[in-house]
Amino acid sequence: MSLLPAAIPVIPATAVPPNTGDGYVAGAYIVFFLIVLVYVAIMALRLTRLERNVRELRTRGEGLRPEEPRAQAQPTRESAQESEQERTTA
Amino acid sequence: MSGRSLRTLSIASVVAMAIYLGLVFFYAPIEAEEGFLQKIFYLHVPLAIVSLAGFVIGGLMAIAHLRTREARWDLRSYVTIHMSLIFGLGALITGSIWARGSWGHWWVWSEPTLVSFLIVMLLYATYQPLRFSIEDPDRQARYASVFAIVAGAFVPMSFLAVRLSTAYLHPRVLGSSSNLPGPMQLTFVVAMAAIGLLFATMCSYELAAKRTRILVKSRSRILGYR
Repeated sequence: MSLLPAAIPVIPATAVPPNTGDGYVAGAYIVFFLIVLVYVAIMALRLTRLERNVRELRTRGEGLRPEEPRAQAQPTRESAQESEQERTTA
Repeated sequence: MSGRSLRTLSIASVVAMAIYLGLVFFYAPIEAEEGFLQKIFYLHVPLAIVSLAGFVIGGLMAIAHLRTREARWDLRSYVTIHMSLIFGLGALITGSIWARGSWGHWWVWSEPTLVSFLIVMLLYATYQPLRFSIEDPDRQARYASVFAIVAGAFVPMSFLAVRLSTAYLHPRVLGSSSNLPGPMQLTFVVAMAAIGLLFATMCSYELAAKRTRILVKSRSRILGYR
């Protein structure tokens, strides 16, 4: 026995529908998928803009970064003398 | 949310949507009176319920923001409300199409469920103009949170008011009066899960995009760029 109250009268899913509201059903589902599609398109546009910003940031960051390793790679005369002193004291 | 979690969530929601559509069109029996038109029920009702739940969740996140003063709760609340508005718009349009097919009118002003849902939507339509009319970020977040809490409390109240009203033109689907047969009920539950999952996925994408944009902006400012 079903726990549910008196059920709605139904016909099998494969049967021919008695009331042809198929246009409305198609319309409703198409509207829903259009909304999702528009949202995805907006997200894609935003992502493109964000990628461009990240690329610009990266090129700018790369333009700044090389100065630091060069400063470490080419020691000044003072730092060379200090390291020489350290080596002799050790 | 990491990239892997987002991908998992996306795949789960695509699979759920496929199962949901399969059940709607190939498994759920056709209602004898309304016929094929009743299939809109599996789209319209979950959209409406998920959007209303989203408004309430947005309010709860706003409470968390006011309690902790953490900006991430404000961002979550904003994104949830934003997405609920999109889903609510979907519910309004699909409901209108269903009404046209079923009752012969795009809109019935004497129907309390429709009008109360429209009032909730119009209320939340003022959320974004209110939010972006305030320039100071702290004040903006605070005012938006207060609005989200008050409006979030209004949602269950309007739902209850409609339930208690006497005009029962709109079909009841939840509660003790539900008389859906087994296959229809199963399809409805799967539809709820699929639409809920889609909502969560879209919220996660929106949050990830907003967080990345905030990060890029702050890095740009540090580098003195723009």
